[in-house]
Amino acid sequence: MTELPELAPAVPEIFLAVAAMALLMFGVFKGQSATRPTAYLALGVLAVAAVLVWNVEVPVVTFSDLFVADEFGVFMKLLVLLGTAVALLMSIDFIEREGMDRFEYPVLFLFAATGMMMMVSANDLMSLYIGLELQSLSLYVVAAFHRDSVRSAEAGLKYFVLGALSSGLFLYGASMVYGFAGTTNFSDLAALFEGGQASSLGLVVGIAFVSAALAFKVSAAPFHMWTPDVYEGAPTPVTAFFASAPKVAAMALFVRVLVGPFGELVADWQQIVVVTAMLSMVLGAFAALPQTNIKRLLAYSSIGHVGYALVGLASGTEAGIHGVMIYMAIYMLMTLGVFAVVLTMRINGRQVEAIEDFAGLSRTHPLVAACMAVLMFSMAGIPPLAGFFAKFYVFGAAIEAGLFVLAVIGVLASAVAAYYYLRIVKLMYFDDVSEPFDSPIGRDTGVVIAGTTLVMVLFIVFPSTITAAAQSAAAAFFGS
Amino acid sequence: MDWPLLSLVTFLPLVGAAFIFVLARGDDAVVAQNSRMMALITTVVTFVLSLWIWFGFERGTAAFQFVERVEWLPDVGIAYHMGVDGISMMFVMLSTVLMPLCILASWESIKVRVKEYMIAFLILETMMIGMFCALDYLLFYVFFEGVLIPMFIIIGIWGGSTRKIYAAYKFFLFTLTGSLLMLVAMLAMFVQAGTTDIPTLLETTYPESMQMWLWLALFASFAVKIPMWPVHTWLPDAHVEAPTAGSVILAGVLLKMGGYGFLRFSIPMLPEATEFFAPLVFALSVVAIIYTSLVALAQEDMKKLIAYSSIAHMGYVTVGMFSMTTQGIQGSIFQMLSHGVVSAALFLCVGVVYDRLHTREIGRYGGLVHNMPVYAVVFMVFTLASVGLPGTSGFVGEFMSLLGGFMANTWVGALSTVGVILAAAYMLYLYRRLFFGKLVKEELFKMPDLKAREVAIFAPLVLLVFWMGIYPSSFLGVMEASVEALVDNYELALAAAETTGTAVVDVARR
Repeated sequence: MTELPELAPAVPEIFLAVAAMALLMFGVFKGQSATRPTAYLALGVLAVAAVLVWNVEVPVVTFSDLFVADEFGVFMKLLVLLGTAVALLMSIDFIEREGMDRFEYPVLFLFAATGMMMMVSANDLMSLYIGLELQSLSLYVVAAFHRDSVRSAEAGLKYFVLGALSSGLFLYGASMVYGFAGTTNFSDLAALFEGGQASSLGLVVGIAFVSAALAFKVSAAPFHMWTPDVYEGAPTPVTAFFASAPKVAAMALFVRVLVGPFGELVADWQQIVVVTAMLSMVLGAFAALPQTNIKRLLAYSSIGHVGYALVGLASGTEAGIHGVMIYMAIYMLMTLGVFAVVLTMRINGRQVEAIEDFAGLSRTHPLVAACMAVLMFSMAGIPPLAGFFAKFYVFGAAIEAGLFVLAVIGVLASAVAAYYYLRIVKLMYFDDVSEPFDSPIGRDTGVVIAGTTLVMVLFIVFPSTITAAAQSAAAAFFGS
Repeated sequence: MDWPLLSLVTFLPLVGAAFIFVLARGDDAVVAQNSRMMALITTVVTFVLSLWIWFGFERGTAAFQFVERVEWLPDVGIAYHMGVDGISMMFVMLSTVLMPLCILASWESIKVRVKEYMIAFLILETMMIGMFCALDYLLFYVFFEGVLIPMFIIIGIWGGSTRKIYAAYKFFLFTLTGSLLMLVAMLAMFVQAGTTDIPTLLETTYPESMQMWLWLALFASFAVKIPMWPVHTWLPDAHVEAPTAGSVILAGVLLKMGGYGFLRFSIPMLPEATEFFAPLVFALSVVAIIYTSLVALAQEDMKKLIAYSSIAHMGYVTVGMFSMTTQGIQGSIFQMLSHGVVSAALFLCVGVVYDRLHTREIGRYGGLVHNMPVYAVVFMVFTLASVGLPGTSGFVGEFMSLLGGFMANTWVGALSTVGVILAAAYMLYLYRRLFFGKLVKEELFKMPDLKAREVAIFAPLVLLVFWMGIYPSSFLGVMEASVEALVDNYELALAAAETTGTAVVDVARR
């Protein structure tokens, strides 16, 4: 028997896992009627977890160097918890209305959140993989949660098959790294490369495979193919969840892996990230243009946004990581707000998804339309809204690192992307009402819409609340 | 402690917009009336406050005045920094003067969604004033781009006919693309200088090779905005489709953002590149002056005609500006102000008959002088100002700009002068077709002359046209020191680059 590892840094994860299992028991004993109480309890659990995350002493490494808690982790975990909680809040009414109210739903959210937090805190390729799979398995199930719907089942299956493929890529890459470097531990890897040791070809191939798997998880081009289908097929609140917290966690992982252990090999992986970012931005801009389904459009839009965030990573500097974190924070809130609006798209009690259905929304629901317009302009990156500042930081970092071409392609792609965001504004404001949405929009959804819109508008007044936190979090990689 | 006057003037309209948003509720007609009143009060108060700045402004110095500075993004060292010098002062006044007139002009013609309309206009005003006051590049950019959102909505909702959506998109995407390139340049300058503080940036020098790229990126943005040939095509569309007040603001203020950008950024910050690219600007300006004047001559739509004439007038502005002489630059600023008043007034004039007959086709009118004598006089004043008759504001600006053009290059001056003749041709031709001849068309018989509200709109503009034309030094004096400093610094910078000579090759980027 070895002595027990230091548990304190992992208390939030442990709490979340235990609480999730307790809720599972609660659900089993209460039966079908337990969905709503379980969901509210789960929200409480997430809130407590957030407080615990906030109080973890950083930085510290524990569990035989498998687990790291640092300021970067705190920032990303808080985002993950917030995203999960908001997505869950948006779900409660929806799952009851659509007849998919089973108590496993909130529990699966909690398990996914646990997995994501482990991803964020991973300090070894092995612990990373475990976190990744815990997250993914939960997500596969919720994607197919609407089991009577063929599209939902298909989305779950597609996500599962392609997710398994990416896991395979990851494991292959990890084994290459282990084979050529002799360790999977991030600290050891970082120490190994610090001496300026030349990287071998095999190692680069390993990094490329790991990057490909991570690109799949953040749905960056050219590993984005699953995104539109899964986004479209999954129940809308689940899609909102996919687009928010897991993206943040996967991006955190991307940053953690490339900047942490392979930070010294920036010359080797920079090209991979630059190309991925470019492809994602361009694809996100052009492929979204002909879409007629709002969820597919948002899928391509999220591919584009991941591309912008990767621009920050591509620069490989502290400013770049700072930019990535700000980008992910703003992107997550923006996306949740937009999906909350999508949830209000009900005509005669039936959920609709065509972009055309937005026509004339400003006359029937002026407030929702105004919020949606703000969110759309923010997504397009028009100042003074928060989306602009997200882009400002990543492009600033790219130019500082001398990546001018990447920055210019990025801004041109965002000009193209502005077109389809404008199209939604145009439909809401310039076109005539076809069939109005149902009127009461649900209090939870309304709160999410109003809250995220306010953040977009007021960010310019209090930018330092997010940027300063991201600043110290980014320093976690470069300070030591 | 002094009042933060500039912030007050900038954000007062936004506060007004918030009030309308929250308070105007209930019956449609009541909401509309309250929104109108609230917007009018807000813009008038803003104007009065801006007068305070005007009279408090100390002449004879090129320093920034009424400066405010608050930490904003401390992690990257960017501050909320506001201030005006003799140049930006002018544009702030122009914006605050035109805004109440726009609200009045929309009083009856805007019937649907009045509340949203007024909110959009007030937000627009905040963005415009803020842009001219900003002393931080990022802040400037935020306001510069922020203008797009309300303007897009104004053209798209209250715009004219079926092409309004096309026009709104075109306006938005043209300007956005230009601005985004400017953003890249801004970030590059930020990396080089370590700050976005405009006074600091003004003292930073960049390696020449970098200057060229920066200049082109800035040019992409400002040339679209002002607009210069051949990226002017969004302007006629936007003008034709926008509601009257939208056209007024577009011509009166938004086009000046491009000119202001040249004066604030391109010329003083990148002097060597400015010298290098000046011939390009001259060439494009001359083409614009002659070509768009000819195009204007062929228009059948009144708004289109004035839109094309705006592009030609902006051609004088760029000629004067890039002549890099004190006269030329003063002339270009004066021309921008004058054009701001005159073209705004002309669009308002078009609005008057459009409200009555709902057509802008010139051929549908004729002989209006018989039943609308007051209107005919007002229109005449602005026509002559647009042509540049001595005694009106148009003359001073045109004369000084062209003088600058001649001083820089005889050919540029001579060719630009052709535009003056063409301007006389198309404006007088327009006037003749609208007003002279017999009143034969039946639907024109019952057209009433100007109402009291309309007289109230035009009176200050007429006054301004003559004031600027007869006593220009009350405006030139305000900007003089700033313009002289601009020219002096430009020449010093060029001389310095000349002597060091080789400094151009060294690229400081890491």
